[in-house]
Amino acid sequence: MSTFALLGFGEKGWGFALLAGAWMTLLVSLVGMIIGAAFGALVAWAKLSGHVVAGAVGDAYAAIFRGVPELLIVYFVYFGSSGVLTALANAFGVEGFVGVPAFAAGALAVGALSGAYQAEVFRGAFLAIQRGELEAARSVGMGRWLMFRRIVAPQVLRFAIPGLGNLWQVALKDSSLISVAGLSELMRTAQVGAGSTHQPFTFYIAGGALYLVLTALSNQVFNAAEARATRGLRRAAA
Amino acid sequence: MDFAFLTDTFLRLMAALPLTLEVWALSVAFGALIGAGVTWMRVSGNRALAAIACAYVFVFRGSPLLVQLFVIYYGLSSFPAVRASVFWPFLRDPFYCAVLSLALCTAAYQSEIFRGALAALPFGQIEAGKACGMSRWTLFRRVVFPIALRQALPAYSTEVISMTKATALVSLVTLWDMMSVATKIRNDTAIVYEPLLIAGAIYFVVNAIIARGFSALEWRLTPHLRGRPA
Repeated sequence: MSTFALLGFGEKGWGFALLAGAWMTLLVSLVGMIIGAAFGALVAWAKLSGHVVAGAVGDAYAAIFRGVPELLIVYFVYFGSSGVLTALANAFGVEGFVGVPAFAAGALAVGALSGAYQAEVFRGAFLAIQRGELEAARSVGMGRWLMFRRIVAPQVLRFAIPGLGNLWQVALKDSSLISVAGLSELMRTAQVGAGSTHQPFTFYIAGGALYLVLTALSNQVFNAAEARATRGLRRAAA
Repeated sequence: MDFAFLTDTFLRLMAALPLTLEVWALSVAFGALIGAGVTWMRVSGNRALAAIACAYVFVFRGSPLLVQLFVIYYGLSSFPAVRASVFWPFLRDPFYCAVLSLALCTAAYQSEIFRGALAALPFGQIEAGKACGMSRWTLFRRVVFPIALRQALPAYSTEVISMTKATALVSLVTLWDMMSVATKIRNDTAIVYEPLLIAGAIYFVVNAIIARGFSALEWRLTPHLRGRPA
């Protein structure tokens, strides 16, 4: 079978399977990124709050998730959360091993990893807000929540876009590690294809090329987002 | 808590640490060489060379290391021409494949760090060097390299630490590094947390030591930024 037919969309082609894998990679990275944003915002808040204990917990979380191999985190989250779920299920009378769905475990692992880095991005973005703007908001009588919604959140998002763009690329690549948990994302699909057709080179190159497409496209999206988010800033500077 | 099991696990993991460190050190070193070459191509002023360097960085930074590792280890060996070539004794060995793959990947990141450091060189310093009549090589050795080294150090330490973490992937190409041993213990005993926690702690300590080493080096190399002793 020619490479073209092998990777094509015909009856025996792997084209659709690989595209479905790429779609799954996108989904799991996206959910992971959102979980990471929640973790990251919490840790950034803990560090900025000035609470000694909260800050120390935030620091410890960031240090651990940055200092330990990503693969180990994926194993730990996957097998670890299944262990917890099994224990819970057994306590409620369900017998045997209960596995956490690979998608959930994978998104959680990517999210926990990404959160450790997103915390720094958010913290930096918050510190980049002009103090005068916060003072102005307070002096016109805005409450904490209103100030967060109108002044802090929009600017943090704006300043965080470049950093988040980098972390999105990292999340896309880290999601390939979830293949060890059997989730049929792009890496896993390439592996299955390589195994069943005995054409590892073709399939890993095709998988790699699809990852490149994903990263290149998302680069464009983030550049556009940055241009849009900073359109007000540019006009002010000109 | 079964202390005998914990000690045994710790010792078995520590026995695999040398291989992890060997892969790490070799790939960082070769990565620096390749990365320096890529940076040189990028700043050479030759359009074609610069385009190749750009493409190299795009490909190796844009795709997961796992894919690169599998292309080299599983992919290349599927070609009869590769198996017949003089490189086969190396490419059949997962150790060399792992080092090659990690080195090629980190080279892309390292070359970006080198490029950033070169871009941050103050123009006046180079001009001053030329004005004193320094040759290209002397200029590089006395002015460019020391300044760029200092500039690159913080980002470089991050990259080097991310390489320790990346070595865990070599467990997926049948090498007996720490990660493989942790997985093996988990498979044999069905004990999930302890082997992973101990392995994680060892990686963490190794990374902390590397980070310390780099900050000590940075401190040594920046005497001009230190406050005067009180």
